[in-house]
Amino acid sequence: MPKLLIEKNVPGSNAFALPPCDLNMSPLEDSIPSQFLRQDAPRIPELSEVEAVRHYTELSHRAYGVDDGLYPLGSCTMKYNPKINEWAARLPGFAHVHPYQPARTVQGCLQLMSETEKMLCEIAGMDRFTLQPAAGAHGEMTGAMIIKAYHTHHQDHKRTKMLIPDSAHGTNPATTNVVGYKVVELKSNADGLIDLDDLRAKMDDEVAGLMLTNPNTLGLFEKDIDEIAKIVHGGGGLLYYDGANLNAIMGVARPGDMGFDIVHVNLHKTFSTPHGGGGPGSGPVGVKAFLADYLPMPLIKKEGEEYSLDYDRPLSIGRVRSFYGNFGVIVKAYAYILALGSEGIRDACEQAVLNANYLRIKLRDDYHIPFDRLCKHEFVATSRKQMEESHISTLDIAKRLMDYGYHPPTVYFPLIVKEALMVEPTETESRERLDDFIAAMQNIAQESRKTPDIVLSAPHSTVIKRIDEVQAARNPIVRW
Amino acid sequence: MKIQEGLYYSVEHEWLRVEDDKAYVGITDFAQQHLGDIVFVELPELDEAVEAGGQIGVIESVKAVSSMFSPVSGTIIEVNEELENAPELLNEDPYGQHIAVIKMNNTADLDGLLNETQYSELCEKEEQGGE
Repeated sequence: MPKLLIEKNVPGSNAFALPPCDLNMSPLEDSIPSQFLRQDAPRIPELSEVEAVRHYTELSHRAYGVDDGLYPLGSCTMKYNPKINEWAARLPGFAHVHPYQPARTVQGCLQLMSETEKMLCEIAGMDRFTLQPAAGAHGEMTGAMIIKAYHTHHQDHKRTKMLIPDSAHGTNPATTNVVGYKVVELKSNADGLIDLDDLRAKMDDEVAGLMLTNPNTLGLFEKDIDEIAKIVHGGGGLLYYDGANLNAIMGVARPGDMGFDIVHVNLHKTFSTPHGGGGPGSGPVGVKAFLADYLPMPLIKKEGEEYSLDYDRPLSIGRVRSFYGNFGVIVKAYAYILALGSEGIRDACEQAVLNANYLRIKLRDDYHIPFDRLCKHEFVATSRKQMEESHISTLDIAKRLMDYGYHPPTVYFPLIVKEALMVEPTETESRERLDDFIAAMQNIAQESRKTPDIVLSAPHSTVIKRIDEVQAARNPIVRW
Repeated sequence: MKIQEGLYYSVEHEWLRVEDDKAYVGITDFAQQHLGDIVFVELPELDEAVEAGGQIGVIESVKAVSSMFSPVSGTIIEVNEELENAPELLNEDPYGQHIAVIKMNNTADLDGLLNETQYSELCEKEEQGGE
């Protein structure tokens, strides 16, 4: 392990020198009561500039991102982040504005936000969008709050339950819980889709809505979506679209046309802005016209040629974030959508689906594919064969992939598949890259048969070898 | 995989030991094996009223977070606090460690539960079935 900055501390090595102070200094005690003053100097590490730069450069070499190679994390859409987006977000007119500036001095920013909203409406089939939510789960929470506001406004106070399929992302039950709904789980049928009978049985006048990811986390399109929408709406509920997998249908089909009332999209997935630690994220929420009054405020208003921030929205759920969302991220997504255009958006989707199916078909001889049929942008494999042959689990395969230079796919999710290994290549990857990945997966399958120990003890090439995850979870050491 | 005699079982892989109107509830060996190493258990609150099928806790393993459901309705009269600091006990001795004790208010709930033969069949089916 590299040393921490604090361990590299060399007193006096700071690479700066301040000129003598030409102000009259008064003791701190004169302005701050002594009980609030610390007695010892803070332990801020002292390093020369070059040593600080080397420290962070060394750490950066240990990171793995989409710029390093394939990042096949399922339900995550780890696509390439075009560098021109970074240029756009750094334009001084975007980067150097202040959120408290009067609207008339930031017309360009407001225009960009307004146009992003329009484009998202067109892609999702919605009527209005808020750009405030800071990430996907935040968008879900906002959506659940809108559902609640809608029912409350209609004096429908009985609706305390939210339906969520057992294949859903964990954020669905988490966010609805935060908003105060009771989660009712919907079972998947043998085809990996929502069990309509179970839905019919659970849909009653206490259900506020259904949160659905389509295609779901198995990469399968919920083909009964028309019927699902009918059942939910017939029972007085609202239909929420989790946009995590929007990449699989964008430009081809629209949640709004499928009967969804609310949708969140992840700009950091579908619209190519950086993800995770490289984010921040952005999770705009769109609604059909009849829900627009409940959206967070302010929304962008255009009168004539003038843009302004509209706070006169009495039914709004209020703010869900300070200011106007992660604006720089919105600029990047805007640049991406404009660069692709409507044809490019559809093309990206089709390539993503083609890539996933290519991988699925190439890997089916070596790995068990539980729902082995035409998928959308991702598919789920398992380690069943390897488990039967030599007790090799999905975790072992994921660790071994690191030795081949890949970030592992999503593992042990969705929960309804045993030993799940969920792969989403995205449209970014070329045939050659995919073939390399297939070869690595085939090699691992072969190793599992012939030299299982090398898989069971992987990774071998990383700085940190196999981590004791149980120990880390049971007895976490969270401070230095 | 062990299945103990004399217990009731639920399709959610919980076991129930009944003493008069008290029901000791825990998770089965099948459940702990499939969850993998358990790292955290969220226990129900004392005196909480529970419905049959209602959630009474959360079990977190390195693989997944799962809800635990009450097979019967009644009131929580005891929780196994030892699990808060030693969740691994559920892996080591699933039938020896209950999660909570429920004072049942409707013993008819027990009619819907499985006996060890039925439960053993369910486990076999789940082991082979599913895609």
